[in-house]
Amino acid sequence: MSIEQTTAAVAPDLDFNTPAARRLRSRRMLKDKLAAVGIAIGGVGVIIAVVMIFFYLLYEVAPLFQPARVEPWQVKGAAMEPYSLPGNGDTLYMAIEEQAEIGLRLTTAGDAVFFAAQDGKVLNAGKLPLPEGVTLTSFAVVSETSRTFALGLSNGSVLIAKHNYNASYPNGVRVLTPELTYPLGEEPIQIGNNSIDQLAVNGDGEDWGIVSASAAGLQLTKISRSENLFTGEVELSRSEKTLPAPSIELHSLLLTPDLNWLMVGGNNGRLAVISLRNTPEVSQLIDVTKGKITSLKLLLGGNSLLVGDSQGQVSQWFFVRDENNQPMLTHVRDFDRMDGAVTQLSSEQRRKGFVAVDTSGDLALFNSTARRTAFNEPLFSAPLSQIALAPRANALLAEQDGKISLWSIENEHPEISWSVLWEKVWYEGYQEPDFIWQSSAATNDFEPKYSLMPLVFGTLKAAFYAMLLGTPLAICGAIYTAYFMVPTMRRKVKPFIELMEALPTVILGFLAGLWLAPFMETNLAGIFTCLLVIPLAVVAFGFLWQNMPNAVRFLIPEGWDAALLIPVVILATWFSLAIAIPLENLLFGGDLRTWISNEAGIPYDQRNALVVGIAMGFAVIPTIFSITEDAIFAVPKQLSFGSLALGATQWQTLIRVVLPTASPGIFSALMIGMGRAVGETMIVLMATGNTPIMDVNIFEGMRTLAANIAVEMPESEVGSTHFRILFLAAFVLFAFTFCVNTLAETIRQHLRKKFGSL
Amino acid sequence: MRITFSEWTKSGSPWIWLNAGAVAISIIMVVGLLALIAVRGLGHFWPADVIQATYQQKGNPHTLIAEVVERDMVPADQLRGAGIEVPPGAIELPRDLLKVGNRDFGSADFVWAMDHLVTDVTRPPMLFVAERTEWGNFYGYLRELREAGNTVARHDGYDKNDAYMALWNEFQSRIDRVLEIRAQILQIEKKEIGSINHEIERLRLKQRSLELKQSTDVAKFEAIDARRAELNAEYEVLQAKLLGLYNEINRDSFIAEIADGRQVEIPMAKIVRAFLPNDMGIGDKLVHYAAKVWEFLSDEPREANTEGGIFPAIFGTVTMVILMSVLVTPFGVVAAVYLREYAKQGFITRLIRIAVNNLAGVPSIVYGVFGLGFFVYFLGGSIDDLFFPEAKPSPTFGTGGLMWASITLALLTVPVVIVATEEGLSRIPRAVREGSLALGATKAETLWKVVLPMASPAMMTGVILAIARAAGEVAPLMLVGVVKLAPSLPIDANYPYLHLDQKFMHLGFHIYDVGFQSPNVEAARPLVYATALLLVIVIALLNFSAIAIRNHLREKYKALEM
Repeated sequence: MSIEQTTAAVAPDLDFNTPAARRLRSRRMLKDKLAAVGIAIGGVGVIIAVVMIFFYLLYEVAPLFQPARVEPWQVKGAAMEPYSLPGNGDTLYMAIEEQAEIGLRLTTAGDAVFFAAQDGKVLNAGKLPLPEGVTLTSFAVVSETSRTFALGLSNGSVLIAKHNYNASYPNGVRVLTPELTYPLGEEPIQIGNNSIDQLAVNGDGEDWGIVSASAAGLQLTKISRSENLFTGEVELSRSEKTLPAPSIELHSLLLTPDLNWLMVGGNNGRLAVISLRNTPEVSQLIDVTKGKITSLKLLLGGNSLLVGDSQGQVSQWFFVRDENNQPMLTHVRDFDRMDGAVTQLSSEQRRKGFVAVDTSGDLALFNSTARRTAFNEPLFSAPLSQIALAPRANALLAEQDGKISLWSIENEHPEISWSVLWEKVWYEGYQEPDFIWQSSAATNDFEPKYSLMPLVFGTLKAAFYAMLLGTPLAICGAIYTAYFMVPTMRRKVKPFIELMEALPTVILGFLAGLWLAPFMETNLAGIFTCLLVIPLAVVAFGFLWQNMPNAVRFLIPEGWDAALLIPVVILATWFSLAIAIPLENLLFGGDLRTWISNEAGIPYDQRNALVVGIAMGFAVIPTIFSITEDAIFAVPKQLSFGSLALGATQWQTLIRVVLPTASPGIFSALMIGMGRAVGETMIVLMATGNTPIMDVNIFEGMRTLAANIAVEMPESEVGSTHFRILFLAAFVLFAFTFCVNTLAETIRQHLRKKFGSL
Repeated sequence: MRITFSEWTKSGSPWIWLNAGAVAISIIMVVGLLALIAVRGLGHFWPADVIQATYQQKGNPHTLIAEVVERDMVPADQLRGAGIEVPPGAIELPRDLLKVGNRDFGSADFVWAMDHLVTDVTRPPMLFVAERTEWGNFYGYLRELREAGNTVARHDGYDKNDAYMALWNEFQSRIDRVLEIRAQILQIEKKEIGSINHEIERLRLKQRSLELKQSTDVAKFEAIDARRAELNAEYEVLQAKLLGLYNEINRDSFIAEIADGRQVEIPMAKIVRAFLPNDMGIGDKLVHYAAKVWEFLSDEPREANTEGGIFPAIFGTVTMVILMSVLVTPFGVVAAVYLREYAKQGFITRLIRIAVNNLAGVPSIVYGVFGLGFFVYFLGGSIDDLFFPEAKPSPTFGTGGLMWASITLALLTVPVVIVATEEGLSRIPRAVREGSLALGATKAETLWKVVLPMASPAMMTGVILAIARAAGEVAPLMLVGVVKLAPSLPIDANYPYLHLDQKFMHLGFHIYDVGFQSPNVEAARPLVYATALLLVIVIALLNFSAIAIRNHLREKYKALEM
């Protein structure tokens, strides 16, 4: 008997193999497959999207820590070849303009040659307007930012010139026309009769200072330029001072932009600082290096002096006031040593960075704030004789063995290093190294201060005060709710407190900032009295209740004590606020808040850490409460029954049996609460002054990582260092909360497993 | 049973009482907070009495007309220190915050006054309050009505009588006229001219896009020009009509006497509403109250968001939340189903589960940063390059907007949905699944017909919790598209009706902005409380409905559970 026959015999009307049934079956199978594939794609997609947050943050942060790259300039993929010197004579000075299209080469013969930076084609060659028979004897760069330089002549006069690039748009194409202008006139300014051996010039616009060294000694000439508004006539007025001669052999001179200080570099390692403010005097004689000074340069802004020496060391110096409040040039930091003697330094014009080259053909990019060597490689086989750094610090002209080459520099974020973010940094104009967050300012030569420490400190401070207030309330409340409260009340209380977790934090923040902060300022004493009076009142009431006649006591069943205490707490609060004013009058001369700032000398902000602590404590209470309550409630009942049966009191059972069993759960509740407090944005944004200070004082505010992102992110330029640092802050927050939560979650799962077996 | 204190302490009872105290304090804090918001938020709309009084400021007694807003206590010693005369023996004295209004006539909006120096307090029935479109409230006595500069009616005197009431009624009817004209102006400016501007802008983009494609189709350009000319003609007509209406609305003005006795003229066009609070019965006040609440819910904000309504914020919040839930529901559910039903259970799934769980605890601002960097700048920038080159350099999707805000919040809340759905799926007994499979259903059919319906309560709970969280979240939105004042709603009658690229207003951000960035925080504060109350109510309702839906669905599928 075959199988078909059996089937037919049992169910004569059912045929599963009709074409229709088969079609249906295959359609169902197809649907099933499609669903499986679709769900798998969707599910994996969502999970990838969520995980991508992590990698995207990293992706945005990573460029901060990339080293710089210096490569031959490329046009359409082809590297540019070095070309021979445009024009004749030896190079005195070289510069390159903003777009890195045109270079300027100044020769010792007095030629100024503008050339195409890529191929060396001469665009405009001319002679400087020197008088007949006069030669160049010295040279000084006034400032690369203002593209001005000065020439000392053999007849004792000085010529100041500026290279300009005018953009025009014939036929919609940008064309740059280079030219030389003379801010103080084409006629050289006569300083003395002796040929000028060394020169230092600074100034811009109206006030200029010229320091010249000649056989007659050091001389300061100040020139004021005024232009008649109506006639356009330019008038120069001048004053002269003879400067004291420092007892060193002259190597180089440098004048600060405020015309207050003259640095005189000696042929050995000695530097003289001459104050020009009232009567010029030598204010300091310092040994700045053990070798010889080979190069002096001012950093962007003119506040810092860079000293390069024959041992390959570059050091940074600036003025710091000493104990007599006198500004003293102070050694701030050394940069990484180069292989050969430093031959030339060139400052960046937009950042506090500089380029150094040495005798062994190395080229290095440094950043002063970060003390970072972004690049240091032997790019050249022989020492360079001249370099010129483009204003955007993205191109470099280098002259070597009579050839010029153009290099492109990719150095986006040199100002970031581990030490800038997490260690004390000595910023310009500060008395000592410090942690400071100040990401932007109005001036261009501002030194950005990107220390994350004040923000991390603020974050932890806010979280600490929040936990200080939230933890006892939440854990004690959870203990009572889980262990002592009657079930009917528990069923109402728990969802009620948990509902608070859904309360938008913007509401808590707004109440904290606009209601609590002023309230606390006027009732500070009352709040501190509350902290003392409420626990006392609760205990006192408990004792009285215990000693009530049974008839009263049995009216309220056990487990409803919390409800009984509500009026007690309200009364105690009212009482505390009421006695606070007489107390203040008695102890603090009327007002605690004034007393704190005037008598105790503690700074008091209206929006301070205490306000944040209360508001954010409020926000973390439901989180901690809910998890702790679950953990305690999940402790198997037989454990506490056993303990009680052995004669332990309720409290003893709780402390010795229940809490130890539930402690991992409580710990994980605290961790999750902490994670929430650390990442909370709106409350701290609204309830603190958002000043990035590092002070544990409870009466001062703070700025947290999260609030800082919210405040600064909308204004930060995409792709800038500041932008990426904010991403780094977000990444730090992400990583921190993720780790804390994972730890808590693992502990919780472990706990669940343990209780499962009990 | 009497026990001594030491025995009582030994038993540990004080600790139990302290724990009970912690619960009591938590409950009081929660209830107190809600009560504070409710009282302040609801109180704002009540027409408070306006007092007229003499303020005995040292050597300079003068008349005040004001609403008492707040009262607090100041220690007497502090006042003595500040050189204010204080009755001897006083420890602390009440101080009133008075809203004196009339900002345009040289006074600050609010003044603090020591209560004991405010004397001769009266509540004259004819003292009126006018809410205005600018300069805040006006307080004073109505004196004269003018039409095109000519006096129409006048009354001097302070007492309520028929002649004065006649003037007042005339005043009211003229306000009604102004309101009607203003509604017409608004209709033309916002709706009609707005839609013309919208179309002209679209034509400009169309033309620019043709230019970018270097199209030589002259007919297309001509069509655009023709349509533009048509629109400009329409615009001219509307503009003329508008001019007429403006002349109409500026016809009337009135003269009123203010606290220092000056008589000032105010154009009627500025008035939103005028009333006599001291003359109102409880019924009138209730009507007024209802009108104010309705204005709050349905009107647009005035005066840098410190007055008027918050309708655009409500609308923006709701639109954003709906878009977010449309996005988050399918993705969250699919991810949960995959994790629970399809993925091979093991170390990896456990790891993913923990990670997803933890993402719910990652600070919301981090999602904001991600949204800004990835969605707005990266995706938005690319979309602009590909699809909207004609609008450049102004960004279309390359800036914060409704779509990016919704997606960012969807990402933020997707862990909530995943966790809740998974929880629901894990509760479904194996037997139910096996029964379905044994009857020959495929896995997909089992999922679709058996498992998902049973898990729907959990899914709903997850979605509603996600919505509740999204509705209250502000920090990430500040980075991805919320603004303090959006020129138009994200949904309107202009093509494509739903403007995903537009910036929008949000209740939570409104609270932050008005409370902290407003030029006149004191005046704005009641409004912030009202907004906060509304937000709390919305979120509480969402949470309650989550619980209700869950219970309902649980009931429905109870028979299935074993």
